[in-house]
Amino acid sequence: MTQPTIPVPEPDEASRPFFDGAAEGRLMLMRCIDCQTWRLPARQHCDVCLSDRYRWEPASGRGRVRTFGIMHQRYHPAFQVPYNVTVVELEEGPRLPTNLVDVANEAIYVGMPVEVVFERYDDVTLPRFRPARDL
Amino acid sequence: MAHPLRGVAAITGLGMTPMGRIYRSTNELAAEAVAKAIADAGLRKDDIDGLLINAGITGTTGGGLTLGLQNYLGLKNLRLLNHMNAAGSTAAQMVQYATLAIHAGMATHVLCVFADAPLKEGTSAGAAYGGAARNPQRPKGMAGLYAAAGYFGANTPYALAARRHMALYGTKQDHLGIIAVGQRQWATMNPLAQMREPITLEDYHASRWIIEPLHLLDCCLVSNGAVAVIVSPADRAKDMPQPPVYIHGMGQGHPGDSGRAGSDWETETGARIAAETAYRMAGVGPSDITCCQIYDCYTYTVLVTLEDYGFCKKGEGGPFVEDGKLGPGGSLPTNTGGGELSAYYMWGMTPLSEGIIQGRGHGGERQVKNDVILVTGNGGNLSYHACLILSPHPA
Repeated sequence: MTQPTIPVPEPDEASRPFFDGAAEGRLMLMRCIDCQTWRLPARQHCDVCLSDRYRWEPASGRGRVRTFGIMHQRYHPAFQVPYNVTVVELEEGPRLPTNLVDVANEAIYVGMPVEVVFERYDDVTLPRFRPARDL
Repeated sequence: MAHPLRGVAAITGLGMTPMGRIYRSTNELAAEAVAKAIADAGLRKDDIDGLLINAGITGTTGGGLTLGLQNYLGLKNLRLLNHMNAAGSTAAQMVQYATLAIHAGMATHVLCVFADAPLKEGTSAGAAYGGAARNPQRPKGMAGLYAAAGYFGANTPYALAARRHMALYGTKQDHLGIIAVGQRQWATMNPLAQMREPITLEDYHASRWIIEPLHLLDCCLVSNGAVAVIVSPADRAKDMPQPPVYIHGMGQGHPGDSGRAGSDWETETGARIAAETAYRMAGVGPSDITCCQIYDCYTYTVLVTLEDYGFCKKGEGGPFVEDGKLGPGGSLPTNTGGGELSAYYMWGMTPLSEGIIQGRGHGGERQVKNDVILVTGNGGNLSYHACLILSPHPA
């Protein structure tokens, strides 16, 4: 029997630059051309000024733990409990649901500086975060 | 000068089914609650001229109430009809829109109905709300980042919110546990409650983790059942069979979440905005409230909501509840039927139904001082909020 795999997203047209960027080791975000606000997830309109003019730009990949939980409930067989579910607030502002890697669950704290790493799953690469090494 | 809407309408009918593993369709559950509510109000079915409908989780997962409920109930005299959804804030909102319609002369007796039946024979309560984890389809686009991080169910965002409150303000696990224990004490006095065995703080800490910092006993029940409420003009209510429960104030607040820096959805909810509107309408403040029926999908929801209604300062909810003031014999009786944690989970109808029971003075051994009752509803990860201020006293 094969190991169950986590439910990885299937890139759609709107999100393709995000996933293509991840595959190349870059964290790409949408940014409003008119008011410069960074946003996530991908969407046509800026939620600040409602402009539909945007471009994709590489983000710093740095952020801080906004909040986190330690999951014990087995919702999906591919996730070995307990595992952390973390929201990282990027330096650019957007918040990303993710997991921290290279850190014990007990060592995670709100405000912890983190940096992006990329993990490949078959045809999709996802951003994860680890404790920041250079402050 | 009194607010023009204060006390113009009253709740005159209440009907409830048994709650829990009741395996019936949502239409059947709704019809039982409606028949009870109409009889309770001393009305005939044809007197109902307004119908507001709220489906629970089955509105999303399948089998939930639709506008078709009108014909299932055979209601032919409707001058007001809608199917509403603002998550857990909908029940209070239905009463609000009923009040507005009555005041405007658009309807007289408005029936507000909630039914849900997510529990299926042979499946767990958790399976009813797990959602994305069992979706065989590959999630599309960036919305799929949640499932890819193992971010499942409603438990996750509420755990994340509670964690942030703990980190910012030093809120302790015990503070959440004291809320769970107090509500179970109330539930022991409620014949409709699903969970009536008393629990201790030790039981709370020993209950399994769902997602830290939430134990099993921090999380609400899952229930099949239905609740129907009838709202009528105040001048008619006084001649109807039940003690009228007057609507003195109401408000809503929906701050949204931008998903970026600047949003504090975890710790500052729409309750703050709703409170301003409702307190002003009712001409009261937090010190006038004699009991609370607070939406309690999680223990944390109670704590943060009490802060946002001004019972204590932001961040001080933990120390505020620490002395057990929310439980039986306490100075701020809260969720006196056991709430969603221990009695039954009918979304916003849980706090509303207990608010009506208390407002009528029908609480039996759990009856508390009912002069000014705060009823709240929230949903959508603390994003949507609505409230009512109820009283047995005419305005």
